Amino acid sequence: MAAMRFRQAVVAALADEMRVDSRVIFFGEDVAEAEGPFKTSEGILEEFGPIRVRDTPISEMGFTGAAVGAAMMGLRPVIEIMFIEFLGVALDQVVTEAAKTRYLSQGSLSVPMTIRASVGSGLGFGCQHSQTLEHWFASTPGLKVLMPSNAQSAYSLLRAAIQDPDPVIVLEPRILYAERGEVDKNIVASIGKAHIRLTGSDMTIVALGQMVNVAEAAIKESGISADLIDLQTIIPWDREAVLNSVRKTSRLIVVEEAPLSGGWGSEIIAFVTSQLFSTLKSPPFRITTPDVPVPFNGGLEGRYAPTVADVTRQILYARENNDTPQPWWVMEGMSR
Amino acid sequence: MTTSLERRNSLYGDDLACYERMVEIREFEKITNALFAAGSIRGTTHLAIGQEALTLGMASVLKPTDVVAATYRSHAIGLALGLSPASVLAEIMGKATGCCGGVGGSMHLCDTSIGLLPTSAIIGAGIPVAAGAALAFQVQKTSQVAVALFGDGATNIGAFHEGLNLAAIWKLPVIFVCDNNVYGEYSRIEKTTPIEDLHIRAESYAMPHMSLDGMDIHAVRKGLTEAVERARSGGGPTLIEAKTYRFSGHSRADQALYRPEGELEAWQKRDPLLVTENDLISRGLITAEKIESMKAEMITELTSLSTRVADDPEPELSAMFSNIWTPTKAEK
Repeated sequence: MAAMRFRQAVVAALADEMRVDSRVIFFGEDVAEAEGPFKTSEGILEEFGPIRVRDTPISEMGFTGAAVGAAMMGLRPVIEIMFIEFLGVALDQVVTEAAKTRYLSQGSLSVPMTIRASVGSGLGFGCQHSQTLEHWFASTPGLKVLMPSNAQSAYSLLRAAIQDPDPVIVLEPRILYAERGEVDKNIVASIGKAHIRLTGSDMTIVALGQMVNVAEAAIKESGISADLIDLQTIIPWDREAVLNSVRKTSRLIVVEEAPLSGGWGSEIIAFVTSQLFSTLKSPPFRITTPDVPVPFNGGLEGRYAPTVADVTRQILYARENNDTPQPWWVMEGMSR
Repeated sequence: MTTSLERRNSLYGDDLACYERMVEIREFEKITNALFAAGSIRGTTHLAIGQEALTLGMASVLKPTDVVAATYRSHAIGLALGLSPASVLAEIMGKATGCCGGVGGSMHLCDTSIGLLPTSAIIGAGIPVAAGAALAFQVQKTSQVAVALFGDGATNIGAFHEGLNLAAIWKLPVIFVCDNNVYGEYSRIEKTTPIEDLHIRAESYAMPHMSLDGMDIHAVRKGLTEAVERARSGGGPTLIEAKTYRFSGHSRADQALYRPEGELEAWQKRDPLLVTENDLISRGLITAEKIESMKAEMITELTSLSTRVADDPEPELSAMFSNIWTPTKAEK
C-alpha cells in the first residue's frame, strides 16, 4: 500500500503498464513535455521516451483516429482527452470506427485502445468543460466505459482498461485528481465488476465517480444502514452485484452527476425494477442534476450536482416514507 | 479455392492480370448495379466504374502486408486487393459467406490477409486511422506503409486536415490517396471546393504531393511507387491526387442527372479500361479479339456466380451477437 493522490495513481497505472507491455504508447495534448495539464503523466516521457510518449496537436479527431489505427495494428494506445467535451469533435472515431472494427472484421481486428478523459463539475470550468457525458458512450455496443472514484480505483481501473482487448473509455472526475488515498498496486480491477464501498441493510445506493464519495458522506450523515455500490463500470455494468444487494435491502437509489433525462441510472432502475418489482419496499428513484448546463457561478455550481445535504435528505425521506421525494429544484419551485 | 492473398500475388509484375482484374471490377459493378436495380439486394451501393486503374495501381504496388483504409465505395478496392468476387458479392447480399459474414453489406468489406481494413462509411474517417496504422509501423519499426483511399469530398472534412497534419509532424509512413472523381455525392467539385487541384492542400502541411492521371495504371504506379519508397525509407507521408471520373451516380438512388452535357462522354474517351487496352495491344500483349472473348467469359462467369451466391447460406442469428467485444477466457 502506498499513499498517493488520485492523479499520481493514474500516472502509476500508466507507468506500470508501459513497463510490462512495450505495445503501450501514450499521447495527447501537452502530456509529454508538460506532463499533462492535470499532471497525470509526470515522468512518463522521461522514463519511456519520445517514440512511445508524444504531444499531439490540438486535434482530437486526428489523434483519436490515430489511436484507433495504431490499436488495429497491435499497439495499445492510451490517449488523454483533456476535457471530455473535446471528445465531441472525435466522436465518429470512438462510436463509429473503434466500436465497429471488431464487428466488421469478424474478430480479425480489435481495438485495444484506452481513452482517458477528465470529467465533471465543481471546479468552475463552466458549461463547456464540466460535464460527465458518460451517456454519450453508454448506449454504444462495442465500447466499455469506466469511472473511478478514488486513487485506488483510478489505479486499478486504468490498468484493467489498458489490458483490455477492446476500446475502453475511462472518465476521471477532475475534482478528485488532488485527493489522496491508499493504493494497493496489486489490485487490477475486473471490468464489469462493481466495488461495494459500504455494506448495510436498509437500502442500496448505486453511484459513480465523485458521487460515490458524496453518497458515502450522506449515508454517514443520515445514519442509514446502506449498501453503497461503486458501479465503476457503466457498460457492461454489474447486474449481479446490484441485484444481490437489492434482494437484501429491497430499496434502490441511484446517485448521478448527470442530467435527469437519459442518465445511466435509468437503466439500472429499469432493470432492477423489472426483476425485483414485487419485493421492493419503496419505489426506486434517482438523485441527479437538474436538466440544465453546468453553471459557472460558484453558488449555482454548488447546487448543480447532488450534494451531501441533498442526498441525505432524499435517502432519509425514502426510508421514512417508502416513497419518492421531490428533487430540490421541484421543492424550491425552480423547475418541474 | 483461390485465397485473397493468391489473387493479390497474381497481380505483381503482370500487366495482363491487372487488366483482367480491371475488367472483373467493371463487370462486377455492372452486375451488382443490375441486382440492386432489380431489387435483389437490400440497402445501398456505391460503384467505382471508371476508377479501376487507381485501385489496380494501388494493389500492384502495395504489398499485402501494407494496409489500406478505404471507403464505402468499396467493391473495386476490395476486388483489386484480392477479395474474390464471390466473397464481395456474398457480403453485398448479406450472406454468411461474405467477407464480413454478412453483417457489413456493400459499404463494409474487410480482409486482413491482404491489408484491407474495414472500409468506413464515414467520409474521411479512414484518414486518421491510416495515420495511426502508420504510427504503429513506425513504433514497431517495420517497413510497412499505410494508405488512406478517399474521395475529393473528404478533403473538406476535418479528419483530412487533422490526419495530414499529424502524419506530417510525426513523419509517418502513410500515403494519402485522393480519388478525385469530380463529384462529392451529388455536387460537382467547384460548388464545394474553392480549388481545382486538391493535392496542393498538402503544402499547408509541408508534405510532398502530386497529381497524377488516375485513368492510367502506369501513372498511378509511378506516383505511388515514389510515395511508398519515401514512406518506407522514413521520408514520411505523401498526398496523391488521382484525377478520375465517377462514371456512375453517387449511390444506388442517384442517376447523376446533374452532369453537364458531354462531360461523361468526354471522360469515357479516357476510360481506364480503354487506356489499358490500347497500351496492352500496342505492346503486343493482347489482341482486340482476345479482349472481347475475355470480357464475354468474365460476364458469363460473374452472372453464374451471382446466381450461385444468391443460394449461399444466411448468417446464423448468433452472428448478430458476435464480435461486439472480445470474448473473455470464460466465454471462449
